[in-house]
Amino acid sequence: MAVESLGSAPRVKVAPWNDPVIRGWVFQIVVVGLVGFLAWYLVSNTIDNLQRQKIASGFHYLEREAGFEIGDTMIEYSPASTYARAIWVGILNTLRVAVLGILLSTLLGTIIGVGRLSPNWLLSRICSWYVEAFRNVPLLLWLFLFYKLISEAFPGPRQAISLLWSSVFLSNRGVYFPVPMADPIHKWMGVALLVGILGAWMLARWGKKRQEATGQPFPTVSASLGVIIGLPAIVWLAGGAPHHMSWPELKGFNFAGGTVIQPEFTALLVGLVLYTSAFVAEIVRSGILALHKGQSEAAAALGLSRSQAMRLVLLPQALRVIVPPMTSQYLNITKNSSLAIAIGYPDLVASVNVTINQTGQAIENILIIMAAYLSVSLSISAFMNWYNKRIALRER
Amino acid sequence: MTDAMPVGDRKPLPPPVDETGVVGWARKNLFSSWGNGITTIVLIAAVVWILNWFLEWALFTANFTATTGSECRGGGACWALIREKFRYIFFGSFPYQQHWRPLFAVITMLAMLVLSADRRMWNWRLLVIWGVGSFITFLLMFGQIHIPLSLILFVALAGGVIGLTLRSALAPSSERMAYYALIGIGVVGLALRIAGVLPKWSIAIAPLSYVETSLWGGLPVTLILATYGLAFAFPYGILLALGRRSNLPLIKGLCVGFIELIRGVPLISLLIMASVMLPLFLPSGTTIDKFLRAQVAVILFAGAYIAEVIRGGLQSLPKGQFEAADAMGLNYPQKTLLIILPQALRVVIPPLINTFIGFFKDTSLVLIIGIFDFLNTANQALVDPNWAGFPGEVYLFAAFVYFIFCFSMSRYSKYLEFELNKGTRR
Repeated sequence: MAVESLGSAPRVKVAPWNDPVIRGWVFQIVVVGLVGFLAWYLVSNTIDNLQRQKIASGFHYLEREAGFEIGDTMIEYSPASTYARAIWVGILNTLRVAVLGILLSTLLGTIIGVGRLSPNWLLSRICSWYVEAFRNVPLLLWLFLFYKLISEAFPGPRQAISLLWSSVFLSNRGVYFPVPMADPIHKWMGVALLVGILGAWMLARWGKKRQEATGQPFPTVSASLGVIIGLPAIVWLAGGAPHHMSWPELKGFNFAGGTVIQPEFTALLVGLVLYTSAFVAEIVRSGILALHKGQSEAAAALGLSRSQAMRLVLLPQALRVIVPPMTSQYLNITKNSSLAIAIGYPDLVASVNVTINQTGQAIENILIIMAAYLSVSLSISAFMNWYNKRIALRER
Repeated sequence: MTDAMPVGDRKPLPPPVDETGVVGWARKNLFSSWGNGITTIVLIAAVVWILNWFLEWALFTANFTATTGSECRGGGACWALIREKFRYIFFGSFPYQQHWRPLFAVITMLAMLVLSADRRMWNWRLLVIWGVGSFITFLLMFGQIHIPLSLILFVALAGGVIGLTLRSALAPSSERMAYYALIGIGVVGLALRIAGVLPKWSIAIAPLSYVETSLWGGLPVTLILATYGLAFAFPYGILLALGRRSNLPLIKGLCVGFIELIRGVPLISLLIMASVMLPLFLPSGTTIDKFLRAQVAVILFAGAYIAEVIRGGLQSLPKGQFEAADAMGLNYPQKTLLIILPQALRVVIPPLINTFIGFFKDTSLVLIIGIFDFLNTANQALVDPNWAGFPGEVYLFAAFVYFIFCFSMSRYSKYLEFELNKGTRR
């Protein structure tokens, strides 16, 4: 009875200025009003300034001729291309360094993180020195150091250091190495690769279903690898196995043939990977340490082999701890790749910066930078959140 | 059996020689298995090889005394370059005769940071330390400080409002009267100042020659950007974190939007924005100091990250704490400042220090908009044609200085984590 009367008690009447709901709304309206006023003030000033300085607005400049060179492009680009094209080149360059950086720093970071837990005292010491050395110095300093080392300490093309029986050359103009000659079959090999990946995915699903139904394990990993590598190989053989390579050769003052990794790109990638892998190593280490010792003992008691225990028991649990902080490291790599501007790698910020200087349209260009980074960041975090949800502990 | 000693008198045998001392340690930690032994030998060889090369370069063939770059060439490291340039690297283009000023400013800031690291100071003393320390730092750096009347009035108003909200139920009536008086002085004074009755007047403290911020450089710039970036971002990050946890939908939306926007873009884009867009935002004719622009960008950036760290602390508090504070009849500011924040902040101090280390390193990005922080002055030291061609030495030196700062801070954060968890650890 008492409970009932409590539940149905009429709301206590209070004066409007003491009612939390009304207070809340008044407070919100005041804050939003202040923010709105600040925004209006800034926008009106900006419009005023733009008119006074006769700066055009709008995105029409994107279709005009850019007129500046970009040293390192993945798609066709010349000074006669449009600003939109120049910015697109920058976005692709940013994505290239971010994707490679994420892959390599995950790999190196995992090796070092596991190395820190090694029973070998010397190995674990060296790994922890590595982590401390790279974590405690700004990334920008590493980038400058690597860039200056490559461009000043490496010899010119004529005295280039040759590696692997004169097929790879290191010089201050970059790293030169041979590539297969372009051939129409390469396109079809790419298609075969995509088909192979799709097939492997379907194979893995089918294998899992069969194991759940019949208990029969299926060698998913080796079968998938076989499909992914085998299909393009068959296409290559069917296309007459073209094996002509383009070799880098010294012609005059520089190399011709082969392909080159620019020193700016090398310095940026090396710096990003070495720096970030120190953070990744700490994340991996803490993920492994978070596991209870009983987990590996229980896996052994069930008769699982070491690799099975790792794959089926330890890794899935460690990943739960590892994935969220790893996501923010991946975002950091993407954002830190913008430091490229300091050493002259033409990433998104660098292209946009030149565009700002040439057109004077700062606002539109900054909006482009922010939109591009936000969409990359949001898609990385959406993907990692999806992955995290997939591996998360399923409780009732 | 007659000469056998009683069991209790027998001395235990010493452990086998190969399980104690250096040999035993090496067996256990370096050569526990074949694979381990091979790893150890390979690593020792690699370390010896690298150390041999490095010591040869950095010590045995290094040049410490050369007076020009050309004398240095051909040998090992050219530390003479550092000897020649270290004052520029540390203090930038601050007037040469006045270098004692940035030196003492750096010492003051370091003393301020070290004193703040002591847990016994975590009370009202912190305010005194930061007030006095900041005053000395900026007096040394600028040489002259003008405190305008309106700022004094504003501080009086703010002090009165804060005192009144926090101690409304606790303070004796005389103390409350003092707060009312402060608010009164502030409001009346500001109104008269705006109306033009009070003249534009300021307290001038000018013992030294004025040095403008464009001449500042080196370590003091890095320290000021990081320290004051964090000091201002901290209260603002707390507000953002509280806003993000608030029940009020509009406030929450604003805070979430701001935090995610800032965290989604690189610091460089904010710095570029501050340097090219901020002048457009302000009424024409107003100019903001470049250094201040960078500082504002760092504060905005740091605030969003600090907000997320503090949100972690807020989330770790059990709900009972909020409910108990409500049951005590505390209002929102009292609940937050007296009950919630002291507990939430205690949890997040170690991660906050890690955030600070991050910002200390990230301040190096201001060189992109042309501010002479420590990394930039190191970079400029390389430009001198007399000393061209020794980037490794300068960068290693700069890396060493950064390392000392960041490493000691990370050690302190580890120690603090240990200390603060004493109560909960078994």
